[in-house]
Amino acid sequence: MSMPVIELREVSRRYDGGPPALDGVSLTIRAGEAVAILGPSGSGKSTLLNLVAGLDRPSSGEVTVDGVRVDRLGEAGSARFRRAKIGMVFQFFNLLDDLTVADNVMLPAQLAGMARAAAQRRAGELLSTLGINRHARAYPGRLSGGERQRVAVARALMNRPALLLADEPTGALDTASGEDVGQLLNELHADGQTIVLVTHDLVLAESCATRTVQLVDGRVAADTAAEPVR
Amino acid sequence: MSALGKVVRSGVGRRRVQTVVIGLVVMIAVTAAVLGGSLMVASHAPFDRAFDQQQGAHLTAQFDAGKTTAAQLSASAHATGVTAAAGPFQTAVITPATNRGGPEGPIMVVGRADPGGSVDAVTLTKGRWVTGRGEIVLQTDLRLPQVFQPKPGDVLRLPDLPGSPTLTVVGTARSVSETAGGWVVPEQASTLTAAGAVGGYQMLYRFATAGTTAQVDADRAAVQASVPSGALAGTRSWLTTRINAGGNTVLFVPFLIAFGVLGVAMAILIIGNVIAGAVSTGTHRIGILKALGFTPDQVVRAYTVQALIPAVAGAALGVLAGNVLIVPILSQTNEVYGTNDSGVSPWVNVVVVAGALALVAATDWAAASRAGRLRTVEVLAVGRTPGPGRGHWAARLAARLPLPRPVTLGLAHPFARVLRSATIIAAIAFGAAAATFAVGLGSSLNQVQATESHGEVVVVSGKPESGPPPGGGPQVAAGPPPAPDPAAVVAAITAQSGTSGYSGVASTDVTAAGVTDPLEALAFTGDNSAYGYRMVSGTWFTKPGEIVVAAPFLTATHTKVGDTIVLTDHSTQITVRIVGEVFNIENRGMQILTAAATFAAAEPDLRAREYNISLKPGTDAASYVSGLNAALSAVDATAMTVEHDSDELILIINALTTLLTLMLVTVAALGVLNMVVLETRERVHDLGVHKALGMTPRQTVAMVIASVVVTGLIGGAIGAPIGVLLQRTIIGEMGRSVGFNLPASVINIYHAAELVLFGLGGLCIAVIGALLPAGWAARTRTATALRTE
Repeated sequence: MSMPVIELREVSRRYDGGPPALDGVSLTIRAGEAVAILGPSGSGKSTLLNLVAGLDRPSSGEVTVDGVRVDRLGEAGSARFRRAKIGMVFQFFNLLDDLTVADNVMLPAQLAGMARAAAQRRAGELLSTLGINRHARAYPGRLSGGERQRVAVARALMNRPALLLADEPTGALDTASGEDVGQLLNELHADGQTIVLVTHDLVLAESCATRTVQLVDGRVAADTAAEPVR
Repeated sequence: MSALGKVVRSGVGRRRVQTVVIGLVVMIAVTAAVLGGSLMVASHAPFDRAFDQQQGAHLTAQFDAGKTTAAQLSASAHATGVTAAAGPFQTAVITPATNRGGPEGPIMVVGRADPGGSVDAVTLTKGRWVTGRGEIVLQTDLRLPQVFQPKPGDVLRLPDLPGSPTLTVVGTARSVSETAGGWVVPEQASTLTAAGAVGGYQMLYRFATAGTTAQVDADRAAVQASVPSGALAGTRSWLTTRINAGGNTVLFVPFLIAFGVLGVAMAILIIGNVIAGAVSTGTHRIGILKALGFTPDQVVRAYTVQALIPAVAGAALGVLAGNVLIVPILSQTNEVYGTNDSGVSPWVNVVVVAGALALVAATDWAAASRAGRLRTVEVLAVGRTPGPGRGHWAARLAARLPLPRPVTLGLAHPFARVLRSATIIAAIAFGAAAATFAVGLGSSLNQVQATESHGEVVVVSGKPESGPPPGGGPQVAAGPPPAPDPAAVVAAITAQSGTSGYSGVASTDVTAAGVTDPLEALAFTGDNSAYGYRMVSGTWFTKPGEIVVAAPFLTATHTKVGDTIVLTDHSTQITVRIVGEVFNIENRGMQILTAAATFAAAEPDLRAREYNISLKPGTDAASYVSGLNAALSAVDATAMTVEHDSDELILIINALTTLLTLMLVTVAALGVLNMVVLETRERVHDLGVHKALGMTPRQTVAMVIASVVVTGLIGGAIGAPIGVLLQRTIIGEMGRSVGFNLPASVINIYHAAELVLFGLGGLCIAVIGALLPAGWAARTRTATALRTE
């Protein structure tokens, strides 16, 4: 059995004294898994993703990612943690419109201190692999939704993260583009990338995930706890 | 609460930084405007205002006591045209000696029981008015050096009168009409007339019409006709006094007006800048309000009130601060101008507050109206992250720089919103220009004062008094001592270790062709006569027969450097060549500087009464003076260090410079802060993306700070030269307005390195302004930022 990449122990998150967005969630995700987090709006999916990425802190409980206690990190520490361990793909791509595709992809590596030339090489490889190298000097605004999400994936993979987090990666795409992105995630998983996918899209979850976790009202309602992929 | 009220309340409450910035900027701007406006008021026609405040005498008339009576003079108050009169006051001319040197020469003393009255209400500047015999109040004479200004406690001895009586100075006072050199009680005045001399009376008149020389002449004729023939011994017109007074104060007027204009201009520009920026910040919110059904009028009203709330608070505090800060400044302008301004004129307060609030409302109205007129979808689109295509070239270029990526990201930001960056540049440039100008103005004034120093040590005639006389009475001197033996003094000076150079200074009166009044000529010996003098053109004199003069002399004699002119000294005509123009404000620029040998034929016995000595670097002046005095023990001369204390006006102007500079820099930084807050808010989503990708708080700060580096450098590069240009132009004009050409050392006070520093000051302003929003950006939670749309 492979090593756990994510370990959540009794994790709760409350906002401003309201009902818990997450309520005592415990979850372990191992290396190489592709896990889809499913649930209705307000079930706590994005909150869980934010806690794993170190974008937010739990009100109680422990969040450990690749051996790092994320819930104990400060702002600077969590930034460095994300650089090293996490790649993120968002529903609305979150590409920086004033940077070229190549510059967007290179950014995480450059923030980590990688020299521009080395970052360019790595970005070139990724863009080639993802089939969008011809757009390297273009600006995101000129690309289709599917192409933008490929750029976002390339950017997420730039620092060779232990974990790829995808928050509704097909939510803003048409059907064809959504299928394209699903295929891309499958390929990445096939190459051994651990993926946590938050989605409403059951088709995407079935096609990409080896395990599904159902959240309802901040609790784990169901977990297929699939056999480890490898 | 109405919907409009709720919008205003939330706008003020939720945009705390902006609310505070508007309040602070208005406060500082109003403070500056109150200071500036008051300085402008104080410096406007100061003589005329002082004359009105004191009910100055249009005609000061001196009567021969032997040819008229007090009753006849009292009756002259009813002469044709007289609207008010004071007197008759008994007068006497005394020639005192003091325990501190000057003043020398005769003083006309007037017997007056009190300083007030309907004409010539004399202003006490120090001490109190005379209450009995043996006391005198002296007229403040700003032309005298500080050390020779009379002070309460000084004692005047009157060696010309029987028994050498003394008068103790109990106060100093200022009569704008210059009606007397001193005042005593009436019963004292009669005792001060020397035996055998005829006493006099003084009458002071105000007339219905006295605006021109002809009118004053007619008024004088009416007075003369009302008294016995031959009784009127002499008169002085207020028009003559006004011309002379102008020379005393006019040098300072442009300085103070420049400061005033600077304060007011700063207020106008910065308020406009900040308010326009504040509305710009709210453009997206305006779109939401319009989408909810707010009419353009409601939007305009909401935003105008929203800006006026902090503006009113700021204006109130600003008026308070301005009224407090102006007090010491006005006391100095009163000293210089002879005015009695006690505080800020009410109309200045009203105009400044009304103007500031009107400016806030007008700027806000204009900006909000523009947003209100836009279609809702357009307004909603405004205020977002810059669209594609803006500043891409800069982003690409910056990305290639060998700098950390957060820095290069920040460097490219200004090019995405060129108009907003221009506004930031304007704020920084204005701050840098104003600071450069203000500091330059103060430095120039200090340089003007530096031209009055001609050495670190001075040797003067005579010995100091030694200890109090028996009985503990005040020290008195026996009168001006004779000039010391030049050979002995020079021998002592040259033998003294630490002497770098010296000049002996003798003074004599000469006449020059084209000038009716006698002129003072300083005749120099020694090797260091030029020390402290600043040349405007030409050279210092190098041989007998060459003279150096200031611009007023050249103007009065219609000569120029290189011309020859004939001087008459003791009936001997001396042809001299003008070899240089010097900046020398002594004697209103009419002093002649030359070698002593120029007058060798006319005055073979002319001796220096004063020796100016410059010391070698590192020489302790006090030790030097001690040693030199020992060497001069057998000579009737005393060495003393020269005090270089700035007079109070210079100090107050320096303080004003510092205050205004700090205010300008603060306001410019607030302008930057306002804009960077706006920029950071609009980029908050991108900020979240950066942070999600691993940008640390430190890198975030670096990015935000870097975003103002380019604008700071450009603003500084534009502002500093403009400030220098303004400073040089205004200083030059200031000199010309009083008839002087200023030397380069007074005008060109900035070196290239200093200019670079002031240019970098723009960068400092920008960085200071960006620090707060940078910290805010660094602390923003990534998840929150990512949710922001």
